[in-house]
Amino acid sequence: MTYRIEGRTGTWEIVVGLEVHAQVISQAKLFSGASATYGGAPNTHVSFIDAGFPGMLPVVNRECVAQAVRTGLGLAAHINVVSRFDRKNYFYADLPQGYQISQFEHPIVGSGVIEIELADGATREIGITRLHLEQDAGKSMHDQDPTRSFIDLNRSGVALMEIVSEPDIRSPEEAGAYVRKLRQILRYLGTCDGNMEEGSMRADVNVSVRQAGEAFRTRCEIKNVNSIRYVMQAIEAEAQRQVEVWESGGTVDQETRLFDPGRGETRSLRSKEDAHDYRYFPDPDLLPLVLDEGWVAGLKASLPELPDAKRARLEADYGVTRYESGVLTAEQAIADFYETVARGLDTRLATNWVLGDFFAALNRTGRSIEDSPVSAASLRALLGLITDSTINGKIAKDVFEEMVDTGDEPMAIVERRGLKQVTDTGAIDAAIARVLADNADKVAEYKSGKDKLFGFFVGQTMKAMAGKGNPALVNEALKKQLAD
Amino acid sequence: MSLDTATVRRIARLARIGIEENETEGLARELNGIFGWIEQLDEVDVSGVAPMIGTGLATPRMREDVVTDGDRRDDVLSNAPDRVDAFFTVPKVVE
Amino acid sequence: MAADTPNALDMSLVEARDGLVRKAFSSVELTTAALAAVEALNPRLNAYITVTGDQALAQAAQADAAIAAGEAGPMAGVPVGIKDLFCTKGVRTTAASNILRDFVPPYESTVTANLRRDGAVFLGKTNLDEFAMGSGNLTSAFGPVENPWKRAGSDAALVPGGSSGGSAAAVAAGLGFGATGTDTGGSIRQPASYCGITGIKPTYGRCSRFGTIAFASSLDQAGPMARTVADCAVMLGSMAGFDAQDSTSVDRPVPDYLAACGRSLKGLRIGIPREYHAPGMPAEIEAIWQQGIAWLRDAGCEIVDVSLPHTKYGLATYYIIAPAECSSNLARYDGVRFGARVAGGTLDELYENTRRAGFGDETRRRIMMGTYVLSAGYYDAYYLKAQKVRSLIQRDFTDVFADVDVLLTPTAPSAAFAQDEKPSDPVQMYLNDIFTVPASMAGVPAMSVPAGVDAQGLPLGLQLIGRFFDEETLFAVGSALERAAAFTHRPALRASDVARAGIAS
Repeated sequence: MTYRIEGRTGTWEIVVGLEVHAQVISQAKLFSGASATYGGAPNTHVSFIDAGFPGMLPVVNRECVAQAVRTGLGLAAHINVVSRFDRKNYFYADLPQGYQISQFEHPIVGSGVIEIELADGATREIGITRLHLEQDAGKSMHDQDPTRSFIDLNRSGVALMEIVSEPDIRSPEEAGAYVRKLRQILRYLGTCDGNMEEGSMRADVNVSVRQAGEAFRTRCEIKNVNSIRYVMQAIEAEAQRQVEVWESGGTVDQETRLFDPGRGETRSLRSKEDAHDYRYFPDPDLLPLVLDEGWVAGLKASLPELPDAKRARLEADYGVTRYESGVLTAEQAIADFYETVARGLDTRLATNWVLGDFFAALNRTGRSIEDSPVSAASLRALLGLITDSTINGKIAKDVFEEMVDTGDEPMAIVERRGLKQVTDTGAIDAAIARVLADNADKVAEYKSGKDKLFGFFVGQTMKAMAGKGNPALVNEALKKQLAD
Repeated sequence: MSLDTATVRRIARLARIGIEENETEGLARELNGIFGWIEQLDEVDVSGVAPMIGTGLATPRMREDVVTDGDRRDDVLSNAPDRVDAFFTVPKVVE
Repeated sequence: MAADTPNALDMSLVEARDGLVRKAFSSVELTTAALAAVEALNPRLNAYITVTGDQALAQAAQADAAIAAGEAGPMAGVPVGIKDLFCTKGVRTTAASNILRDFVPPYESTVTANLRRDGAVFLGKTNLDEFAMGSGNLTSAFGPVENPWKRAGSDAALVPGGSSGGSAAAVAAGLGFGATGTDTGGSIRQPASYCGITGIKPTYGRCSRFGTIAFASSLDQAGPMARTVADCAVMLGSMAGFDAQDSTSVDRPVPDYLAACGRSLKGLRIGIPREYHAPGMPAEIEAIWQQGIAWLRDAGCEIVDVSLPHTKYGLATYYIIAPAECSSNLARYDGVRFGARVAGGTLDELYENTRRAGFGDETRRRIMMGTYVLSAGYYDAYYLKAQKVRSLIQRDFTDVFADVDVLLTPTAPSAAFAQDEKPSDPVQMYLNDIFTVPASMAGVPAMSVPAGVDAQGLPLGLQLIGRFFDEETLFAVGSALERAAAFTHRPALRASDVARAGIAS
């Protein structure tokens, strides 16, 4: 589906590249031993290094490097065994050293690729330019005091991965799909929790517009967009703005802008613009980052199965549809849950239950897969009771509701409530005989050709048996007695 | 290359060092003197020479991912010229 | 010799240490004498910015207890000065800058922690050029330091050299048996030469930089300053060592430098770099250099003429790289988390006001230079080019050390000059470091040893430059030079004289 903006002077295409900042999951910060945990009382997760005290020196955290390598491998990207840290010099209230340690010229990860899927099922490859490690800044709070901003350095020095895409994105939808897919991969890898509300993932969005056949025009960078929805809205708003600027005879200035979700528009951040000259140079406090190839190979060998591979495998092994595999692999925990339930069982039954009753129960109870009221093992046990004919499907739904409410195991519920299926043909025949005797008029109608009444007899028989009759046996016996 | 007063102002601004307008000419003259002397490096042929980044003597090392620091809020704030509760402060920043 | 006798403060560090261990006198006695001398002389010399008398006496008492218990460390009970660039926990650390005038670090530098571990007693924090930027100790926000040496027949105040000028003056005058210095382009060696003492800048990575206020990270290196080569050997042995907190620290054992002082020089090849014959160099410097060559030849060394072709570019290269790193290292002094703050209506005004008032002229000049050479459009022409020239300078040294063991050069192109003779042209001032900068650029170790005096009676030093991590050979050759020179000249202003005067009155 091609995204176009119809202007007065013609049709415009949009060109988007994203720089996603993803907070690395680690215990300690990138260059200090202070905790990298989110939250905490102000200025408690701060070492003298993070506060930029005189004489303090950085030493790189191995796990943060490993996380960047894992992410690079997960993006099918080139791992640079020699990379380097540079200083990006600028002054800001929450940047204690007066520079950010980043990787400018020689990033740890080179080019890679992400495949995204759009609503119509089409897929596209979006190029990854690079991934580099850098320090996060602290936090300024502007609304606590009439004349001052307050500074908390808890986040100062936390490791970030900046993942830069090629300008391959051509629509807001693609941008959304890209961020979603990237977040999914990071979560699978365990390298970033992808929590955009807490700011552990945020995007800088580069947007330009052009008419057919043109080279790239000037782009603007929309800083710090913190939800997928806003990424998409910001692109739409900014592209629209740029088309209007060009079409009214103006020029788009290369600048930094901010998206205002309330107004649904972007605005210039000229204050940040003025005289930006980061004066990058290699950080003399740090040596080149040199990775042992064996260590990288070890990280590669221990990577988890990633979404695309898992999806393909679920389709092959469990016969799920392309749509279903997408839902089942959205999060690793869902896929794990599903496989625990479905392995070795009737996979269609399992798929329908997980995507149907189980997801509905999660929705209804407002719980996530991680704190699901019903464990995968319990759901699997319930489905086992269906396949071995202990209970029938209808009873199973009742049992499941009770499992959700009480957390009890299905067999315990079945036994407590006496819900076992009746397979004793004598009992079934007796129940049918009673039903037919009580409904002689309907029997006559049936025999005169009103076949539809068969369902009525089934229903009555099941009702007489408190729902516990084995449906197949009931059907069979009914047919036989009605034929007599 | 000659360093003019506009450049002096730009550098001072980048370095966040306040300068008075009447200082810029003197500073430009002084810096021009120094950079004029530095221009002797133009004589050196550096084609094919790799830049020296550090002395190359230490072996690259990494630290283990263990929390060994932090939890020293009072020490971190002990030298703050202005603080409110547990925060450092700056003049209000309007974004 | 008892500690309260007039000459106690003239002892060498090794003599003081051995006397303490022999219990000839106590550290409390020695420290008390040293503090009294500091009290008497420091108002004139201004060698110490901060004197930590109570702490020193407490450390001395601890050292005496350790000695009594037979657990004396190699520096036990020895009073020394600490350059005010090393952060000392709970003791004001200023870098001789107004911006850190009231800064009290809640942490200790690794170098001073090592000295403490070995029992050293800290008399106080010594003066320096602001943030170690200068060659005359004239840029300190706490005022200039007076060199205890005087020109014959003149009372003119001379500079002690810089940036470790306070340390050099203190040691020369006997206000401490040694002092720590830091050397970025000559800041240990040049003041050692000006003050007639010994100082060594070890190999880059030998002493940890953790907790030492940074000037230019790729060049800064701590080292000892003392009155004899052996004193420096003992002190460096304590200061040096691997530190996991400094990524540029080198993990290798610290040898016994004192033992190396007695090594034979037989068969050593001494290189005499022809490029150090600087045009306009005073004849007396040339003469003392030739004298040094003769002494080493007599000691059994082979003298070899060598070439370090990029020597003349060292200084210009240095004045790109050091300011570049400094401009970034000093960005943290912004009036927000520590240090002086000058109010401003906006964040940028706060920064600009604070940094204008907090930094002195030379520091502001270097920050401006560094900002310029890193800025867009100039990086390649200046910074990148300088890094390439630096490669060539380092290669000069590695090439020449394939052939010779040690290089011998003058330390500085002149003797100490008067405070009021400071050149107004910054470049003229920078030229003081012409002989010391190349070794800093390469990262190799270098030592200055007093070799004689000029016609006015002022000390002149010779510089020995060695291979990476071969400080031992420098100590061996330095000791030989020291014996040959038999440098017995003493400065005009001395602790022992003050003590004698005190006793007489």
